[in-house]
Amino acid sequence: MSDIPAPIAMLAELTHRCPLSCPYCSNPLEMVRGAQEMPTEIWADVFAQAARLGVLQLHLSGGEPAARRDLPELVADARAAGLYVNLITSGIGLTAARLDALEAAGLDHVQLSLQGVRASTADRIGGYKGGFDRKMDLARLIADRGLALTINAVMHRTNLDDLPRMIEMARDLGARRIEIACVQFYGWALKNRAGLQPSRAQVDQAKAIVAAARADSNGRLVIDFVPPDYYADYPKSCMGGWGSTGLNIAPDGTVLPCHAAQTLEHLEFQNVQQTALADIWYRGAAFNAYRGNAWMPEPCQSCPRKALDHGGCRCQALALTGDAAATDPVCRKSPDRAKVDALLAEGETGTDADWVYRMSPV
Amino acid sequence: MNVPVLPSGVRLHEDRVRNCIVLLGPERALLLDASGTAILNAVDGVRSMAEIAQELAQRFGAPLDAVRTDVEGFLKDLAARRLVDIV
Repeated sequence: MSDIPAPIAMLAELTHRCPLSCPYCSNPLEMVRGAQEMPTEIWADVFAQAARLGVLQLHLSGGEPAARRDLPELVADARAAGLYVNLITSGIGLTAARLDALEAAGLDHVQLSLQGVRASTADRIGGYKGGFDRKMDLARLIADRGLALTINAVMHRTNLDDLPRMIEMARDLGARRIEIACVQFYGWALKNRAGLQPSRAQVDQAKAIVAAARADSNGRLVIDFVPPDYYADYPKSCMGGWGSTGLNIAPDGTVLPCHAAQTLEHLEFQNVQQTALADIWYRGAAFNAYRGNAWMPEPCQSCPRKALDHGGCRCQALALTGDAAATDPVCRKSPDRAKVDALLAEGETGTDADWVYRMSPV
Repeated sequence: MNVPVLPSGVRLHEDRVRNCIVLLGPERALLLDASGTAILNAVDGVRSMAEIAQELAQRFGAPLDAVRTDVEGFLKDLAARRLVDIV
């Protein structure tokens, strides 16, 4: 298959339904309705196709994947296909009995999201009263079973100053790993950017806190940290390069190079219910649109960093410059960097009182 | 003492597409070479690092000191990334 690598990871958005309504939700603004979700047996076939294609890790996500009644069956199907199965969950909808069923089905790892370190903040961000306490209960149930746990902490202006406590909580809850992800501005988060964007001082402090916690934890807690890229000098290596390591399946079977790719309206995304996954990955026009280096404009084309960051993020290029094939405007060398600086200079004009919360599709 | 064990959420997998053994863990997939595969295949939660080194040195007819350095270096690096526990 030429020089196109096989994918390593697949994100399966089983549903866009979710009891939470976080204002930075990674689902698209236009969500898939429950009635359009693929049934169990089609997902099972997609998992088998993915494994044959070379996918090693499956991330079951949403929306809230626990909103699918057939979740244990899907986990069993994915394990039978030979995949490592990670559940990305808010925890809402999981009970002791359902955890037992998931464990019996072969679930490898749970990634539990926390919106904050105390109920008052966390429940306001998630838009779900009582959510924080239920997450704490669930984390204990996970620890009791000895299931591998990662705490997924989504951080922004309102909760970034609570980072030390968040890291402490991850340790106390028995997590082996914490993923500290600062909100990146796409879709819902871009809509709410003014009320979410942290200050430079907050980000600098967060970096120092992470460095100290890494030194201190000495292998007991793995800390993965994603700082907000607007403050960076060079763009992130988005998806490790377009169509090179991972893919995303929407609830209705639409196959995407990343979870935000539907904002690229000039591309046509194929559906795994009509076309084989391998065909879409290797030969699909959308997956080949920004693969490799040939599509790159200057300054990327002659830049030695192109092998590192692959020109950055296509969705960000489109959202901020209007051209999906432009250099990611985060880059210092981009002619559009001024657009990012202007957003940063706007600073904290919005507040969390202005948040637009996502709504769950029916 | 000094017994390496694969913790919950970490396991070996035979990758038939890339034709190698892979160590899978939370958000991690490590493609192993022959030596990494031999070491991790010997990790059974019972034998110590020294015992594993001894077995591998014997099996491959290699000097014990060099093998022990390799085994301990490899497993301690994985332990720092929480992909192996040493108990």
